Amino acid sequence: MASMNMIQALNSAMDIMLGRDPSVVLMGEDIGYFGGVFRTTEGLQRKYGDNRVLDTPIAEGGIVAAAIGMAVNGLRPVAEIQFADYIYPGFDQIVSELARLRYRSAGDFYAPVTIRTPCGGGIRGGQTHSQSPEGIFTHVSGIKVVMPSNPYDAKGLLITSIEDDDPVVFFEPKRLYNGPFDGDPHKPAVPWSTHPKGQVDEGYYTVPLGLADVVRSGSQLTIATYGTMVFVALAAAAALGVDAEVIDLRSLVPLDVDTLCTSVKKTGRCVVAHEATRFSGFGAEISSIVQEQCFWDLEAPIQRVAGWDTPYPHAFEWEYFPGQARVSTAIKAVMESA
Amino acid sequence: MNKHSRLHLPSPPSRPGEKPDFSYVHLSAAGAVARPDVNARVRDIGSLSTELVRVLDDAHEAVGPWHPHLDPEELQVGLRHMLLTRLYDDRMQRTQRAGKISFYMRSLGEEAVSVAQCMALRPGDMLFPSYRNQGLQIARGIPLVDLMCQLLSNTRDMCKGRQLPVMYHSKAGNIFSISGNLATQFPQAVGWAMAAALKGEDHLAASWIGEGSSAEADFHHALLFASVYQAPVILNVVNNQWAISTFQGYAGGEQRSFAARGPGYGIAGIRVDGNDFLAVYAVTQWAAQRARTGAGPTLIELVTYRAAAHSTSDDPARYRARDDQEHWPLGDPIERLKLHLIKLGEWSEDRHRALSAELDALVVASWKEAVTFGTMTEGPKLNADLMFEDVFKEMPEHLKRQRAQMRAEKG
Repeated sequence: MASMNMIQALNSAMDIMLGRDPSVVLMGEDIGYFGGVFRTTEGLQRKYGDNRVLDTPIAEGGIVAAAIGMAVNGLRPVAEIQFADYIYPGFDQIVSELARLRYRSAGDFYAPVTIRTPCGGGIRGGQTHSQSPEGIFTHVSGIKVVMPSNPYDAKGLLITSIEDDDPVVFFEPKRLYNGPFDGDPHKPAVPWSTHPKGQVDEGYYTVPLGLADVVRSGSQLTIATYGTMVFVALAAAAALGVDAEVIDLRSLVPLDVDTLCTSVKKTGRCVVAHEATRFSGFGAEISSIVQEQCFWDLEAPIQRVAGWDTPYPHAFEWEYFPGQARVSTAIKAVMESA
Repeated sequence: MNKHSRLHLPSPPSRPGEKPDFSYVHLSAAGAVARPDVNARVRDIGSLSTELVRVLDDAHEAVGPWHPHLDPEELQVGLRHMLLTRLYDDRMQRTQRAGKISFYMRSLGEEAVSVAQCMALRPGDMLFPSYRNQGLQIARGIPLVDLMCQLLSNTRDMCKGRQLPVMYHSKAGNIFSISGNLATQFPQAVGWAMAAALKGEDHLAASWIGEGSSAEADFHHALLFASVYQAPVILNVVNNQWAISTFQGYAGGEQRSFAARGPGYGIAGIRVDGNDFLAVYAVTQWAAQRARTGAGPTLIELVTYRAAAHSTSDDPARYRARDDQEHWPLGDPIERLKLHLIKLGEWSEDRHRALSAELDALVVASWKEAVTFGTMTEGPKLNADLMFEDVFKEMPEHLKRQRAQMRAEKG
């Protein structure tokens, strides 16, 4: 085991896969010689060569399309989209091509492409470097959608995603790259070296897709969340002194409905929290599933915590961010309905 | 000089009721265009993108440096594939009109593009076709029955009923799945070619789009990535002048040839008479040699004419002169190769009629076989459970639940 932040853990996953599987190639803007704007691919081109770690033109549609063609020809590309906010020029290639190829060719052709992309706010990124568009992709049939919340999961989930024969869009909450974040930007940053999930096996291991992680067991309510909001939810529940069961979904497609609904049936209360905008967000899907499957066990209406339905503003980042205050309001609402 | 800026609105030279006019098509005389070495630098061969490579002259002789010197037997195979493509199209068009398939798209007048290009490539080369490249399927030897079963979405449909008619694929034949979205496969072909080069293989990729869809960003991504990585790929723009009702001027064809986009990106661009089997073959062979010898990608503009409607859902009489194709200056590809073979003493009108009858009988017999695997209304049917397969490699729980619900709905 070694102490790693999320960037180092992701780098380790790609390092291991480049070493294990000669068909794995990395591609993206600034990822090769420079090692990526977040340093996630640092050193990998030096180690594996410029034909395994490819710098690309600034054309996300071209990156995804080329990755599809490479995958059809037997490679296993891991394409980085520098910010999730930049993924839209590649959207048609993801939705109409990557997601559908296996289906439309009845399994004769498929493209095992992993698209990594940093998402979320809290880094003074303004409206073009802060978005969480995962719900746009969970709505598409044929792609898997993953978002880790810590270094250990990030590495294991990325290895699983690269090995998966289906396409995966892998969101990396960049506020969590360097440490767990409880939603308070004024407190000193906490490094991953102080957290158990910052202890990462240096070798090969996997974390399966479609398996949620119960990061805190509790009896009074269930908080279903993922990504940046995991530690915010834990902190908010602790501050209120409620015995919350906090579930880190980790993979949105496929979704671990069993862990989620088993928990809600036990606690009878549910808060859903994500950083993405609220209206038609993935939280609506979780809320619906819980309502459909756990209605007779619910003691209170399900509450959603999310970013406001506005673009992510530069000047009002922390008023926008669904911090502990917003989570607390939701927790109180489900507790008071008793 | 104008006193004001002005907005140019492209317009075709003739509309319904007007006299067809193809004076806008820049032609070169057969044999007039030089054939550069396959390793020539892009900057030295820019004129290839504005001239028009032609081999067959008006007297049906093959002339000039692009003459590929194919054996008569090969020319006869090419003629056979083109004729079969046309007869297949003709029968399937009528089948659609009879209500037996939902949709069809003919390649009338464009048969040389697919057939000659396919014959100039190797079986291991990966083809990324558009929806009007049925000649590729036929030249690669995909049985007509397989194509027809796709049109019928029946129990032997290679797409398991998931695709609109004509969106064929053949894994064994190295023919990629046709998306149905325009131009998307163009940059994918570049990616495929990049992988071939990375793996040290000498297979190349070839892709086709119409001049209309060259307006899509995917076209530009393809040229850019092909240029940046010098990928072993042949990118073909089939300029058949029309994108449904949209004249090629709306794809930017008035100001500059489509082939000239190539040198703009630093890759070879070459413009060829798309109705001249020999010229198409020779240009494709040249581009393939460039790709296989590390000289990089080539953009080929095949100048042809969409003699039929866009699809069975289209009526071109509403937007272009009814007798347009009769005035098309580059003639008909099958007629031209036929007359060349006759000139060589290797063919005759009698043999042509006999071949037509033989191939038409093959189409009819294939249809009879195809319908035994089911039609839209009769015979064996695909199991609707197939709808839920191949979304993912393994079916996730939520799709299993939905499949169960669908079964319950069917009772």
